Amino acid sequence: MNLQLFIPELCLIACAIVVILLDLVIQRKGLLAIVSIAGLVVSAGFTIAMWGGNSQAIFNNMLAVDNFALFFKLLFLGIAALVILASTDYVSKFTRFQGEYYALILLSTLGMMLMAATTELISLYVALELTSISLYVLVGFLKDPKSSEASLKYLLLGAIASAVLLYGMALIFGFTGKTQLGEIAQVIQTMSLSGILDSPGLILGIVLLVAGFGFKIAAVPFQMWVPDVYEGAPTPVTAYLSVASKAAGFAIILRVFYSAFGLPQWLSLDWGLVFAVLAAIGMTVGNVTALPQTNIKRMLGYSSIAQAGYLMVGLAAVGLSPVTDAVGRSAVLFFLASYALTNLGAFTAIIAISNKVNSDLIEDYSGMGKRAPLLALGLTLCLISLIGMPPAAGFIAKFYIFSGAVQHGLLWLVIIAVLNSVISAYYYLRVVKVMWLGKPVSEEKVPSSGALRLALSVSCLGVLLLGIIPGFVMKLAEAAAKIFGF
Amino acid sequence: MPSQLIWLIFLLPVSSFVIVSFFIRPFVKPESRVAGYITITAISGSLALSLWALAAVMAAPHHQIVVPDISWLVVGDVTIHLGLIMDSLTAVMLVVVTIVSLMVQIYSQGYMHGDPGYHRYYAWMSLFTASMLGVVMADSLLLVFVFWEGVGLCSYLLIGFWFHKPSAANAAKKAFIVTRFGDFGFLAAILLLFAHTRTFDIAELHGLAIAGALAGTTLTWAAIGIFSGAVGKSAQFPLHVWLPDAMEGPTPVSALIHAATMVAAGVFLVARTFPLFAHSVEALTTVAIIGGVTAIFAASMGLVMTDIKRVLAYSTISQLGYMMLGLGVGGVAIGIFHLFNHAFFKALLFLGAGSVNHATGTFDMREMGGLRKFMPWTYATFLIGALSIAGIWPLSGFWSKDEILLHSQTGGPSILFYLAMITVFMTAFYMFRVIFMTFGGEYRGGGSGAHGHPHESSSVMVTPMVVLAVLAVVSGFWNVTGQFGAFMGHGETHSFVHGLFHPFTQTLPWISLILAGLGILLAYAIYSKKWLSAERIGSMFKPLYTLFIRKYWMDELYEGVLVKNALIGGFFAGLQQVDTYGVDGAVNGVANGAIAGGRAIRRAQTGQLQFYGLFIGIGILAIILCVYFFG
Repeated sequence: MNLQLFIPELCLIACAIVVILLDLVIQRKGLLAIVSIAGLVVSAGFTIAMWGGNSQAIFNNMLAVDNFALFFKLLFLGIAALVILASTDYVSKFTRFQGEYYALILLSTLGMMLMAATTELISLYVALELTSISLYVLVGFLKDPKSSEASLKYLLLGAIASAVLLYGMALIFGFTGKTQLGEIAQVIQTMSLSGILDSPGLILGIVLLVAGFGFKIAAVPFQMWVPDVYEGAPTPVTAYLSVASKAAGFAIILRVFYSAFGLPQWLSLDWGLVFAVLAAIGMTVGNVTALPQTNIKRMLGYSSIAQAGYLMVGLAAVGLSPVTDAVGRSAVLFFLASYALTNLGAFTAIIAISNKVNSDLIEDYSGMGKRAPLLALGLTLCLISLIGMPPAAGFIAKFYIFSGAVQHGLLWLVIIAVLNSVISAYYYLRVVKVMWLGKPVSEEKVPSSGALRLALSVSCLGVLLLGIIPGFVMKLAEAAAKIFGF
Repeated sequence: MPSQLIWLIFLLPVSSFVIVSFFIRPFVKPESRVAGYITITAISGSLALSLWALAAVMAAPHHQIVVPDISWLVVGDVTIHLGLIMDSLTAVMLVVVTIVSLMVQIYSQGYMHGDPGYHRYYAWMSLFTASMLGVVMADSLLLVFVFWEGVGLCSYLLIGFWFHKPSAANAAKKAFIVTRFGDFGFLAAILLLFAHTRTFDIAELHGLAIAGALAGTTLTWAAIGIFSGAVGKSAQFPLHVWLPDAMEGPTPVSALIHAATMVAAGVFLVARTFPLFAHSVEALTTVAIIGGVTAIFAASMGLVMTDIKRVLAYSTISQLGYMMLGLGVGGVAIGIFHLFNHAFFKALLFLGAGSVNHATGTFDMREMGGLRKFMPWTYATFLIGALSIAGIWPLSGFWSKDEILLHSQTGGPSILFYLAMITVFMTAFYMFRVIFMTFGGEYRGGGSGAHGHPHESSSVMVTPMVVLAVLAVVSGFWNVTGQFGAFMGHGETHSFVHGLFHPFTQTLPWISLILAGLGILLAYAIYSKKWLSAERIGSMFKPLYTLFIRKYWMDELYEGVLVKNALIGGFFAGLQQVDTYGVDGAVNGVANGAIAGGRAIRRAQTGQLQFYGLFIGIGILAIILCVYFFG
């Protein structure tokens, strides 16, 4: 086995340990963030060095090192770095456990990297739990009643989801006798159609997998935890949850459903349609419920449910024609990258504003354009991107995913999605309107730290770059998606 | 000059937007007029380039210049270009948009002077103009849609410019929401076309429609979808309700919206995709009917309004109806020629209304009167605009309206011709009602903001009006020789003198001139000489009068019945209930009823979680059942 291929993950483990130990001895806690980011950068460096090579397997075929995994690893590392950058102010208010905070973020990032790489059900479960458990703790980090309640809810519902997932895996294992995704696919393809239909265990197992992963990506009807947890968690953790956890969920769905259940055609058509229906319901529920929200974190929670719906449009397109699909997979990857930058940017602005204003109510954003022009400008750009308007990344991302779906005959779904985008403009623009046209609550300026400004500028620059010259990231996404093929 | 320079027509206003909003607004005091100078310079540049482009297109073979495009996106096997069309339609529209925009910007130097939002105003005006230029020049439906939304967004910002006025904020919201209904149809049509043809390129779509590859119900639905976008933007029945309210914005903004941007975009869109309509009889007939109905419908409401801007707003809707009718029965040249002429006289009329408002502090015509003495320039230019819109020979409105009437006689359902003729009478009546109420008689004291005697506006405001008045006289001469029609692709040319006096050898122009004359005469009899009492007539036709003044109760229908009761009262309230009570309090409510205080909350907390868990279980069950039954 070639342990070199595992160096990015090892870097993160080492970095997490160093951070915890350093926390014990140093007084200037700001250093912890720098060390964490350094660890992420080194890990990213090794990851980039592996890009473009042939697919390889490590740990007895449990993990794959391929472009798909590397794409997501880079995405997670980038997200973690931005979240840590955006956390520094927030965390410096904690009296204790600052080291643990950073270490937990690093460890959950590690879990997600493993999720993206795993090709086997048992390691998949372990990676998922590593991610989840770190996140349960992070959500409860504030230890005030709201945060603790959110954490407990997340833990209990997450446990239910894990149980459902395990049950699904058990059924699939029982049916095929394999845990390797590739081997599962081989067994399924050798079976006759009637053989599968006669014992419904396999289909039941697949549905349970959809439910278990659906919890991670906040697909309706497994989204109930989202608003409560988003509202209660520390805002940087909300940002992290909303993008990284979701991206990891999609990574694993793409990998599992492609590698194990991509063929025969009728099977993929089945799960494709399930995702199509979930997408339609998810977008509609998310957008319509976001309309009356008054708390911006809650609003973005519902918005993230809707965005998961748009992403599932891409999954549906993949499922409808896994063999000929040229656009669907890479569109999902591109959308995730664009959504990550956009949502991180939005949350960074929210963190900066709530640091000062101590409120997440949309009405308190009134006149923010005068009090904090740069933050308001950044937030406006990100909201425009979430609507899917040019010149922001969200426009290209939506266009990419929708045109893939149209090409696979999902016109009805795309029309629903477009109608939803129209609805969503209303609540996103309401925030924009309040910020620029509202009367300031007070004349006092809202200052922000250099780290926050850096995180916001990087996100916004990314949103603009992906929106204006999307070619580069699109090529990366296409290269990453190429590893699946029949 | 190299054809790449055409890009500058669009890029100049974009850059003035960037300069004003990012460099001028944060660092320069609002009293400074520099933002206006920058915008005016940029748009003058665009105008000069547009005129050059027009000359070049006229000289080019097939009236088309090919400009190299940029490959932007590759999605699967589809490549999206950033490119522009430079044909006769675009060239004419570019000139219209830039001239009107330039005049409005110059006028605004006077009108908006001293407003605390002066820089913001010019930033958005630049962006508004740029978006409209983008709509006009874009070569793919996708790009058209992008700029189309930009136009919508800017109009939202500009209508709501005085956002501290609740009426302005509401009007902005109304415009935004109502037009989005139409936009959805437009977007669905784009998707439908893309699903069938794998292209967004307008020229390719034209080719497919002409070759017959794109036909049948697909084409009809696509065309109707596109038209619904145009109905929203061009304020056609039944989505016209936003335009009269949109005058809450500064008056120069209204001039721009009503003349050259925003509402013109809808008519332009139908003209741009005209080959799609031309190959679907149903779609073309729909355009003609909606246009004809809107023309008379809006004119009827214009008869009774007392707010000068509202009269003008309804006249715009009515004239846009004429344009749609012209497109539906006669084709691109007929509809666009009216758009071209209308742009100048309508911008002129709105600037005149702004000038009157500047002097009297009101828009209510009942408080004006006698302004002819105090404001001779405004009066003279306004009169020219009114004569032109009423269709009096030889002003521009006569020429384009005459053609629409002529074609509606032969094409489309014949009822439309009669509706159009009645509208001629109504138009002349309500415009001269405005003239006599505003400029005739004695001064009635003005609004609460008025001080002493009204006086003529400053030369920076009068000059653009004079320029537009000249254009309102001469712009129609372009087609007296038939050259406009020939430029647009059909019709024959003849000599100027022949064209100028030819109408008098025909019956139809005589009838329409007599109808217009009767309208003016009636207005004169009622509002100038008071031979007839307006009140008496109003009470004689009481039901009609009420119907018109209440705008056919369409606002009440939309806001009261649909929005308030059905949406807010029903749908959203239900959602709100689900959000606050259904989820948080499904158990909470029950528990609160039974047990009081802390115990209730505690039970609600745990119960809520069980509810979530239950929901997950039900969700899984539902999916399994669906897969088994439908899979």
